Amino acid sequence: MSLLSTLARLEAVRSGHAEPLATVRHRHLSDRPLVLVPLAAAAEDGAPLAVLLGTDRSAPRLHIVPQPLNRGQRYAFLAAFAADLLPYLESCAAEVERIEGSEKDPQTGEKIVTFRELSADAPQVIVPNHGAVQHLGLLGRATRFRRTAEDPDPGRYPAPAQVPLLGRWLTHLTDRAKVPGSSLLLPMTGLLARHWATGQSQLEDQHLGAQLAWHRATSELPGAEAARLVESGRDERGQLLHPPAGPTTDPRFDEKLLGPAIGRYDAALAALRHAQDEDGPESPRAQSAQASAERAVEQLRTLLHAVMLPTWHDVWHGLDLLRTLPPGAHLPERWESDRWSFTGHRERVAAGEPPQPRRDDAVTAARKLAQREREQVRTDVQEALDDPLAMAERRLAGEAFSGEVTELVPDWDTSGRTPKPRPLLTVRTTDHPHADLGREVHRAWGPSVQKAVITAVDPGQGLITVRVASGMGRKKEPEPGSLPAVGERVTFTLFELTARQSAPLPEPDDTPWTHGGPPSAAQDSPTAAEEWE
Amino acid sequence: MDKTALADRLGQPAPFGRSPFAIARGNIFEARLKADGCAALLDPLRSRLGLPAGDDSPLRVPDLLPRSGPAARAARTAQALAEAVAEPAAWTLLDHPMLRLTVAGSPAYLEPDAVVVRGGRCTVVEIKSFPVLDGAADPAKVGAAARQAAVYVLALQEAAGQRADSGPYDTQELPGSPELSVLLVCPEDFSNRPTAELIDIRRELATTRRQLARMTRIDELLDALPPGTSFDLVPDVAGQPTRPVAELTAAVESVPAAYSPECLSSCELGFHCRSQARCEGAVEQLGRGVRGELGSIRSVGEALAAAHGDAPEGDEAAARLGYAAALRAEALGAQAMAGAVAG
Repeated sequence: MSLLSTLARLEAVRSGHAEPLATVRHRHLSDRPLVLVPLAAAAEDGAPLAVLLGTDRSAPRLHIVPQPLNRGQRYAFLAAFAADLLPYLESCAAEVERIEGSEKDPQTGEKIVTFRELSADAPQVIVPNHGAVQHLGLLGRATRFRRTAEDPDPGRYPAPAQVPLLGRWLTHLTDRAKVPGSSLLLPMTGLLARHWATGQSQLEDQHLGAQLAWHRATSELPGAEAARLVESGRDERGQLLHPPAGPTTDPRFDEKLLGPAIGRYDAALAALRHAQDEDGPESPRAQSAQASAERAVEQLRTLLHAVMLPTWHDVWHGLDLLRTLPPGAHLPERWESDRWSFTGHRERVAAGEPPQPRRDDAVTAARKLAQREREQVRTDVQEALDDPLAMAERRLAGEAFSGEVTELVPDWDTSGRTPKPRPLLTVRTTDHPHADLGREVHRAWGPSVQKAVITAVDPGQGLITVRVASGMGRKKEPEPGSLPAVGERVTFTLFELTARQSAPLPEPDDTPWTHGGPPSAAQDSPTAAEEWE
Repeated sequence: MDKTALADRLGQPAPFGRSPFAIARGNIFEARLKADGCAALLDPLRSRLGLPAGDDSPLRVPDLLPRSGPAARAARTAQALAEAVAEPAAWTLLDHPMLRLTVAGSPAYLEPDAVVVRGGRCTVVEIKSFPVLDGAADPAKVGAAARQAAVYVLALQEAAGQRADSGPYDTQELPGSPELSVLLVCPEDFSNRPTAELIDIRRELATTRRQLARMTRIDELLDALPPGTSFDLVPDVAGQPTRPVAELTAAVESVPAAYSPECLSSCELGFHCRSQARCEGAVEQLGRGVRGELGSIRSVGEALAAAHGDAPEGDEAAARLGYAAALRAEALGAQAMAGAVAG
């Protein structure tokens, strides 16, 4: 946490209300996001209990596992979940853009024009918190290697057809969520915490309801008190007034409500089986037992729906809050990377490639790491350019300075055949950048890309003189408007404003064995027996 | 003392509890391992402890009197341990033994999941129900299990008569002394099949030892409290606490606490300490790191005063805070101005 966000938290403590940490929105928000609230069963890691999802805030759809320990029911749930989620993902690929590119012909070495199709939209899944992202990752891991009845060797327990596909998409989304600045899968707690500071710690901000309480706070009910009510307020039955956002449920809920409801369902199912065995499946007794089993499922659905609905509304409320901020200028550029990521994965699935491996081989891991580092730098730079508050963070860290131009002295570089403009610009600033002589600086928010070199620093007066080296046109005199006038405010950064391209990694097949060598796919073939007793 | 009941009475109940499903899952997994003479447990044990494949001498599971009091069980465990050590060729599994460890001058009783004895040495077995997924488990959970096991190893070292002043990395070849690696048994991937991993706990052992050595004796701690301090809730016949809340609050406040938000996830009184920290305006309520950032400034009021220019001269942290506040005001002001122009 930086000093600026600490300061915002301190202000929130005093005001009792969330305080802004950004002046623009730093993540793309889709016009049609899918909100997804998953619940996990406490019985096993990665065991699903329920999921509430949809693109329409007034019509969430609920899928549940009535008995979380029953693996058959778990796969029925996953099939229903897949049938609900996959059409949404597919609908985002309805329109495509044709992107022109060029490639070298491998035989002749000539450049040829190629076309690639880029999906015009991409899915955006919003979950309540980081725990939900991890839970979806576990679900993806548990399902993407399953074999289905369509496989040549389905094994003893074939999964419904769409389950492995769901697993691959969940894996892709959770993987993409690790890329800084990406927006395919976003946790609401993280989104809110990026844009507003609350008067509590980051740890307490993990609770979506408690974090939102700081946004809903009023002068009668300040944030701290409102958050405490959300965290620990209970009704006369001992149940939380505001159920946690999951994926784990409140232990008291498990004990007092969910456990007994599942017990009733088990009993109803046992009675049904008994009646079918004794009197036959068409007997009146079996039919009434069938009806009571259905009632037990309905009760479970009502129970889980009630406990998930507050979180559902919280996530939508968070989206409302985020939409009040104007979008950052660089969002379309970063969203395009997300669209490429979506398109690429869709093509890989369509081409029949195997599911993502259990563990990345060395080459893939190196590529992913390089990509995440690159995206981190790009996101940091773009956020600073989009948002004066983000730039203030960099100025506080000594990585940028802003101030008024006090002097502009024309000068020329006469070492070449024609003189080139190299004017000296003096800026009066209150910032304390790490300004070493000879260091390259970059002008932010200028009319064109402009580099300069620090030539003199006077910390006592707060004066920094730079020699502008580019962005002034090709003539002897600088283009009009390319240089700031005396009295104008300028900002220079010590970091580059476009992410530097690192040297490309070699193709997987050209990677020597010392660095992991060509990947082997053998150990990651789908398994039939895995995870079953 | 019952911290959960105390927190309830103070009006700030603890948020924890374990789901009955999680408890059932843990019990089922452990029961499965210990079924059929611990057959499921023995396989990973043999492979991890590096024993020859042909070794199938029978496993002995002595009765450790699980229904007796702790002292009797500890005595029985000591006896069974001595018997097992005396026969180096046999396998012995002590199922839920009771160990004794001296903590701050008083005996404490500990119950590991199992201890395996062979060849005169014993190994602590810790059974956990979190999964090992693709060969990796949640590091936080593994760390917690290792710290827990280190305490058991320490108790076994004490039982074997190891000198307390020996280095933490010394293994003394005393009969019955524990191995410095423990066997962690977890479900593999999403199944109920067990997988086991040896975990080196020497570092955790050294930490635990140092912490125990630094612990003040309980009677000395009691001397520091005002006389008559008690956390007794004085329950009536029905078990309802009768002690006035004000008296309890005063008792709790006589014990200083260093609150940080991490406390909320481990201590029953976390919510109580948080409300106190908020009343006092302590900066720790925002996180441990904040205190380091703010240097000598300890309260929210002071920090905000420093941010708005009422800082004592020469205080570096206050000056930085003032500078940060100026930058923040400038950025937010620029936005407000842009908004006004656009509007």
